[in-house]
Amino acid sequence: MAVPTYAGPLERTWYYTFRFLCACVFFFLIAPILIMIPLSFNVEPYFTYTREMLTFNPDGFSLRWYRDLFASDSWMTSIKNSLIIGISATIVATFLGTLAALGLSRSEMPFKGLFMGLLISPMIVPLIISAAGMFFFYSSIGLANTMPGVILAHAALGTPFVVITVTATLVGFDHSLTRASASLGAGSGRTFFKIQMPLILPGVISGALFAFITSFDEIVIVLFVAGVEQRTIPREMWSGIREQISPTILAVASLLVAFSILLLTTVELLRRRSERLRGMSPG
Amino acid sequence: MSQTDDTLNGSDEDHKVDGQMVTVDGTPLKASLKRAERKRTLIAFLLVAPLLTYLMITFIVPIGQMMWRSVDNPQVISVLPKTLEALEDWDGEGIPDEPVFEALAEELAVASANRTVGRLAVRLNYEISAARGALMGTSRSAADMEPPYKQAFLDDHRLWNESEFYRIIKREGDPVTASYYVAAFDGAYNEAGEIVLQDENRRIYIDLFIRTFSMSIGITLLTLLLGFPISFLMASLPMRTANLLMIFVLLPFWTSLLVRTTSWIVLLQQQGVVNEVLILVGLIDDDSRLGMIYNMTGTIIAMTHILLPFMVLPLYSVMKTIPPSYVRAAKSLGATPWTAFWRIYVPQTLPGIGAGGVLVFIISIGYYITPALVGGQSGQMISNLIAYHMQTSLNWGLAAALGSVLLVSVLILYWVYNRLVGADSLKLG
Repeated sequence: MAVPTYAGPLERTWYYTFRFLCACVFFFLIAPILIMIPLSFNVEPYFTYTREMLTFNPDGFSLRWYRDLFASDSWMTSIKNSLIIGISATIVATFLGTLAALGLSRSEMPFKGLFMGLLISPMIVPLIISAAGMFFFYSSIGLANTMPGVILAHAALGTPFVVITVTATLVGFDHSLTRASASLGAGSGRTFFKIQMPLILPGVISGALFAFITSFDEIVIVLFVAGVEQRTIPREMWSGIREQISPTILAVASLLVAFSILLLTTVELLRRRSERLRGMSPG
Repeated sequence: MSQTDDTLNGSDEDHKVDGQMVTVDGTPLKASLKRAERKRTLIAFLLVAPLLTYLMITFIVPIGQMMWRSVDNPQVISVLPKTLEALEDWDGEGIPDEPVFEALAEELAVASANRTVGRLAVRLNYEISAARGALMGTSRSAADMEPPYKQAFLDDHRLWNESEFYRIIKREGDPVTASYYVAAFDGAYNEAGEIVLQDENRRIYIDLFIRTFSMSIGITLLTLLLGFPISFLMASLPMRTANLLMIFVLLPFWTSLLVRTTSWIVLLQQQGVVNEVLILVGLIDDDSRLGMIYNMTGTIIAMTHILLPFMVLPLYSVMKTIPPSYVRAAKSLGATPWTAFWRIYVPQTLPGIGAGGVLVFIISIGYYITPALVGGQSGQMISNLIAYHMQTSLNWGLAAALGSVLLVSVLILYWVYNRLVGADSLKLG
């Protein structure tokens, strides 16, 4: 959308003003995340740029907060907990969610709308309400303040994402492929693993990534259901922010940004691959 | 399934009985087909069943149980059944007669011995603030009381001299109560037992509901104001450039919520980057630094940033499908650029605006973390008070009532959202 050659001065002015306004919004979106990263290399325990940093004096930078992070027991435990909880919850959510999506996408499925509504409800209900409900429930059956309790709760929160992404890959699914496979003598199990699975795999993986990031970033349920033993990264950041904010938090945050860039890239590549496989867009 | 396929393909010459098509084993084709269809339906259902059962147990039933707590009221009737029976005859005026106190003395003595009086005292304390002291104190001496019990009670604690206390015991003797909802809407019972609004200076929740809703509306409008131009720009750019710009939207979307909240604290606090820059530029003095965080402003800025992607993604996907020829046609028919934009383009984006708006609004009225961290006093929302009653005041009935009100509002909005766009069109990333 370049300025047309016939545009008058007014249109030209508007064109550049609009572009400038959009640039401001993009800046608003990205700046808070990017500005924070250099601060995590600050040699001083301040949350603002020092004169040394602004003049790119190497003395102003250090890896001090990263060293603190890796030397800290509580941070290391929380990273370990987050990974254990996230991976276990993802496995449960992906398995159950994929099965349910396969069922929901069948044309014979009755009451589709109702079931879909129920299955994605964990995504709709405000977290504080889910957390309160789960707190009472898990306390009554003795799962509060235990690892399995947090894992089960996070798996429930992650399932809607798996259901949605897998259902989306199944929308364009060509059922004559399974029929062709059956007519060539493959059993239903073989048809599933050889024909259907490879086609829905990108959806399954990106659903799993969504489920993982949901658990990895979740804090409200952890605040209510988990105990001190199950502190996760967000829980540690939460108390860090509330009690005494130290630049170590910025080091964690920067690492998490790098991590999310990695996840974003993976999901984007998977989405393209899925569209290409299903012939929905060229490359 | 394969069996049905085979029989269907068999030559129908051999399989006709009385002009009706039958399969090899002689069952009518219609019945056989129906059976096959039933089997397929069952398979579909069996695939959904594990997740459905899982969510029922770990999610839906727990929330149902929590909502039940908002009306559940077993404390009084389980500890004071005989007293409640005796209170049946009391007309609600003055102080009840001796039989009531006889039952009270007996039941309080038992409750004190088996330690059930604590729950009763806590429950009644929600209704009248001296109840805890009165019940705990009197229950300790109840075992040694001698007739006439009425006088003994009246001398024991001043609350026993107030007829309101007996009215409360009688009212809360029901196994289900509306009093948590009454409290959640800043109501109170007057002397005649009618529900009236609390005194002005004791109202909390109505203001909080209004504040939560107006903050959410404000945040929704802000995300629309910021999201509309960039979605429009991306929709009109070539695919490659648009995908590049999309990273600016998706990176915040994928970044941890706490990371984004932390970075706003770093930016907006008194010694933070924004204040330093403003001083450097000379817009403000060193001693008049702006308080942009730990108040409502901070909450709104941070939440707008966090929720902006949820507005841009649906808007962009709708705008991408709008053919540019309509606007060109309008212009060629003599419309000014503004008319063409406002009367032709904007109406076509309404599904996207609706979807994004409802989505952002639903998420923001239930938001907890960001207001809790950067909201200070004036930026608190309804979720924060639910958490307060869950964890600090331990008034779980009231927390459940507030939660139910919030949940019902969200479900209604979600239903609207569903009517607008359909749940399965929810786009992720």
